Order: sequence, then C-alpha cells, then structure tokens
Amino acid sequence: MTTQSVQSAVGAPDLNPMLPQTFRVRKVINDTYDTFTLELTPSHGGAEVSFRPGQFNMLYLYGVGEVPISISGDPSRGNVLVHTTRAVGTVTKVMSKLKVGDLIGVRGPYGTAWPVEEAVGNDVVIIAGGIGLAPLRPALYHILSHRTKYGKVVLLYGTRTPSDILYRKDLEQLRSRFDLEVHVTVDRAMGTWRGNVGVVTNLIPKAPFDPTNTVAMVCGPEIMMRFTVLGLQKRGVALDSIYLSLERNMKCAVGFCGHCQFGPLFVCKDGPVFRYGQVREFLNKREI
Amino acid sequence: MKTDKVQSSSEGSFTSNGAPRVFTVEHLNTLIRNLRDQGYAVIGPVVQDAAIVYDEISSSEDLPIGWIDTQSNASYRLTKRAAKTLFNFTVGPQSWKKYLHKPSVRILEAEKNGNEFAVNDAQPPAKKQAFLGVRACELHAIAIQDRVLLGGPYVDPIYAELRTNTLIVAVNCEKAGGTCFCASMGTGPRAEHGYDLALTEIRESDHHYFLIETGSALGATVLAGLPAEVASESDIQAANRVIATATHQMGRKVDMSEMKEILYRNTENPRWQDIASRCMSCANCTLVCPTCFCTTIEDTTDLRGTRAERWRKWDSCFTMEFSYIHGGSIRTSPGTRYRQWLTHKFGSWGDQFGSAGCVGCGRCITWCPVGIDVTEELKAIRDSELVEAGSIKSKE
Repeated sequence: MTTQSVQSAVGAPDLNPMLPQTFRVRKVINDTYDTFTLELTPSHGGAEVSFRPGQFNMLYLYGVGEVPISISGDPSRGNVLVHTTRAVGTVTKVMSKLKVGDLIGVRGPYGTAWPVEEAVGNDVVIIAGGIGLAPLRPALYHILSHRTKYGKVVLLYGTRTPSDILYRKDLEQLRSRFDLEVHVTVDRAMGTWRGNVGVVTNLIPKAPFDPTNTVAMVCGPEIMMRFTVLGLQKRGVALDSIYLSLERNMKCAVGFCGHCQFGPLFVCKDGPVFRYGQVREFLNKREI
Repeated sequence: MKTDKVQSSSEGSFTSNGAPRVFTVEHLNTLIRNLRDQGYAVIGPVVQDAAIVYDEISSSEDLPIGWIDTQSNASYRLTKRAAKTLFNFTVGPQSWKKYLHKPSVRILEAEKNGNEFAVNDAQPPAKKQAFLGVRACELHAIAIQDRVLLGGPYVDPIYAELRTNTLIVAVNCEKAGGTCFCASMGTGPRAEHGYDLALTEIRESDHHYFLIETGSALGATVLAGLPAEVASESDIQAANRVIATATHQMGRKVDMSEMKEILYRNTENPRWQDIASRCMSCANCTLVCPTCFCTTIEDTTDLRGTRAERWRKWDSCFTMEFSYIHGGSIRTSPGTRYRQWLTHKFGSWGDQFGSAGCVGCGRCITWCPVGIDVTEELKAIRDSELVEAGSIKSKE
C-alpha cells in the first residue's frame, strides 16, 4: 500500500474503495474565525499525492465520520495534501480541533477537474464566493506556474464580510503581481474596509478579460453561481466556456450511495466540476 | 458476470440454451439437497408473518405449498388452496437485494492506540448461496444493481463478492399479481437471462412437474446431477402456456414511450404537490424496491473509544437527511422527494445506467401504506401534457 498513489484505488476491484489511508496533520492554519486549512502527509511516507485541480477527498475522522472536502493546495507540491474546511457540521467541527501530528483518514482524489488544459491560450476568469475559493485555488496555482500559456488571468472573489476573506495574505501578495488581476468584494463592510462592497457579480462587467476568448471557472453558493452565469453571459462569454463546481450530500464519493444525484448526474463521479451546459437544465430548478 | 454469460433467448423460445429438461415435482427436493451438499445455503420463498418472504430452506416442504397471494394498492393477502402448488404466487415485500446488497454491512473497522489509529477492511469471505425462485423481474433487478455497483468506474467489492458466490435458480411466473407490470417494462414474465437454471412449474391434468432450462455452465453442472429427461414438444408448449397466462394477467401497465423526456419537462407539474398531499415520506417504496441502491453510513465506537466501525445501511431519498448539506436539506418538501424518486426510476436512471430503474414488480404499489400507484402517477403526468395540448379526448 505504501508505495501506491492514492489514486490507484480507482477501478482496482480487489481494493475496497471505501477504505481510507491514514495521513498525518503536518500543519494547521486558522484562516478565518470559522475556516481552517490542514496540511497532510501520508502517515507511512512514500505515497505520491497526485490530484488534479478541482478534485476532492473523503476525510475520515476516527469514530466520528467522513466528509467530502475539496483539495485546496498546489498540485505541483507532490507530497502534501491541503484541505480548507469550514467548521459547520459534526465532523468538520471535530476536524477543526485536530493538532499537528494527529491522524486523519483519506481516500481519493475523486471527481472531475477544472479545465486548466482546455483553457490554454485563453483568458481565464476565476470567480469564487466564500469558501468556494478553496477548490479554485489549485487551478490558480496551476495557471500561475504555467503563466505564459494563458492570456489575461482574473480572480474575482466575494465574501460576506472582510473577516470571511480566505487566504488573505496570499491574496494580498497575488494582488501585487503584474500578470494577474485580483478583485475582492464583500457583501457587508465594516468601517475599516476600503475595498469593493456588493455581490461578486458586480465585478464582472468591468473585469479585464476578452469575453470571446475566455474560460470561466466558478465556485460558490448555487445562487451566486446562477447569477454569475448570467453576468458572464451578458459580457458575451460562451456558455460552453463556463465551468461550475457543485456540492451535494455525499457518503461514498464513488457512485454507490446515491446521495449526490443532481438530475441524471452524480456530483461525485460526473462532477464536481461541470461544464455549464451539463447542468443548466437542472440548475435553475428548485430542490433538484 | 452471470448476466453477461447468457444472451437473451428469442421471445417464446426454450431452445437457445440447449434442450430443456423435465423432472417431477419430487425432484425439486433433490435439487435443493444437491445444492446444500455442494455447500450452498439455499434461499427460497417461505411464509412468514402472513407474507411470502425469502429465507434459508432445507427442503421443498419449506416452500409456500398451496399459498397464493392477492395484491393491490396498499393490500397484500395470502390464501391457502388445496392444490399443492409450489410457486403460484408473485413477489412479496422482500427482494433478493437483501442477500446481495445487504441492508446493513460493516465496511471497515478501526483500532485506536493512543493518538494513532489503523483502519482494516472488515469483510469476512462470502459463503456460497443459491437463490431458488427468482422471478424474471428480479433477474432484471439484479442485473440493474450489477450495473450500478459493478459497472465502474468503481466496483463495490462487498457486492462483487456476494454476487460471485451466488447461484440463481429462476422460476417463470404462472400468474401475474394485481400490481405487476413487468410486461410494460420488458422485464418479464419469462426469465430470459441472468440465471443458472430456470424452472417452469407445470400442472396439467394429474401431472405436476417442472420444465428446466440451463442458463450457464454452472447451471448445466447442477442439472447433470438431477434425474431429468429431455422435454418433449408438448412439455415446451405447456410451459409456454403457463407464461402466456401470466403475460395476460398484468394488473398494471405503463406507457414508457418518451417517459424520461416527459418527466424532465414536468419538474414543476402540480401533480407532485398532489402526490405530496398523500405521500407520508415513509420510505417503504424504496425499501421494498429491488433496484433502489442508496445507502448511508453510520459510525460507531465502543465505550472505551478504542474501536470504531463504519456501517453501510440502506437509505432512502424520502428522508430529509438524505440531501442534507450545511445549512439544510436540498429537498425539503415531500413533493420534490417523490419527484426525485419517480424521475430517477423512470427517467434519469436511463441516462445513468442505460435502462429504467424499475422492473415492474409492483412492490412499491402494494406496500405503499396509502396506496400511491406509480403507474397511475406516471399516467397522470403524461396525460396532463395532453390536457394542456387539448388532445386528451382524441387520445382516449
């Protein structure tokens, strides 16, 4: 087991795809008052951690349960898994109390990826709402480490308040780059906030990208994604160039448990990243 | 897989899998005894708590001899007749998924030692099991679950192990129940593939015997140990008559033409609200359904906290927890939960796995405590489009 990549569990019938491998917490970062980032390494060493931007893992806490969490780290960092999580449920609240050296179960990576290869030669606009920035960060890392392959790159990011801004230091550093546009907005500002106020879709009209030659990657609450698609459409971005990452209840991540169905799609194996055309028929319907 | 071994025989033909055989009714016991001698747990229909369910049997005496069932919306009744029939009933509340995709399975165990824990695959090896009396609809249901759990990209090793260790003796239906509609779904009443052996119970004048077909090499080996003779043309015709009787007795029917498109178009149909006013979200339909595969996970620890287990259990899309994500459930109303279930069965299942998710066994109609009838609801949704188009009168 120790020399196998985590990914090799796919399609190997003798391996139980429901069986996690243990990883050790290497670093804990408290990003905001309710979000935290864990850096994990394989507990027995050796395992190559390979994933594609946009994929997720199932994280198991001993005796508590398992949750799907997207991978938020740099895909070129071979030996560390990075997960950013909001402490909202039973499992994630216990997870937020993990300390350096603790063990956690990991299986994955699962699901589809952001179209970082298809986007080569195009402008890229990344639009995130709240913790939706976490699954988009690996795509941004990938694009920045292959920066010359892409045209203009824009990150539009909206959160509820300034204290909800994820990866704040990273964003401040990224904003100083000449080859990247970063725009952040908040729904509600405090007195010290000097930035944009309003929903993230307000940033779309003036964002510097060529709509006829742009790939958009969007992740956030579904209502935000619906309005983002409208905003992009209004700018003239082709619907087929818009990609969304969806979230649903998930127990297995391998297509067995049925919980993540979205119309005919399984978010776990057909997604979580979808081309807009795959989901448009169901995205605007209630309680699908 | 077994389902792939045997190609579908042509309609009305008993000859594609080698010559069918016949044996007398007494030799069903020989078959059961031989299977048990070969290490199989033989599981068949038995009467328990006023219903025909599946359980381990040791002889044909355990079968529901003389019992027949009467089924309709929210109604299931057994009556005993003098005739010593062995399989003159249709499906009861249980399906074979109880033995293949089990209601409750431990998927892993973990041991904690200080701050460390280790995870183990907790699967005991599966024992050989032989199903006796699998109906055509149930063969299709097993084939459907095969596609879900073995079709990839991931394979469920627990299901795969049980499936590989299962021998299937099918029985052709000689009657159809009041809630049956396999003829509409193209899944019966004739067992066409997916079995090792298939029986047809024939009772003509004072003859009571079985016609037996072989569906696999394993089936042929089992059959070789039985005192069976080559069936005559009149035996084959007698068996055909038995199945034809069932075909013409279907208590329900469904027009499946364009069903998926109709359901996709009608996500906002007021009928869902109408169903919701009757549906109790009790999940009975999903539990009796032989194709419903959804599961949830339960985590447990012992009192000392040094041992943890994860259990996979049948779940239902009718519960609120099913679609829960942070902040609340996606499908909060019974109407959208019913819509999800029915649209999945008759619509999106086709997109996902290449067939409907319904085999027309009628269990969900019989065991719905308020008698909601999927065939009636599908028709209502279909007809509502005709009403809108102003053409319902000309269609009727």
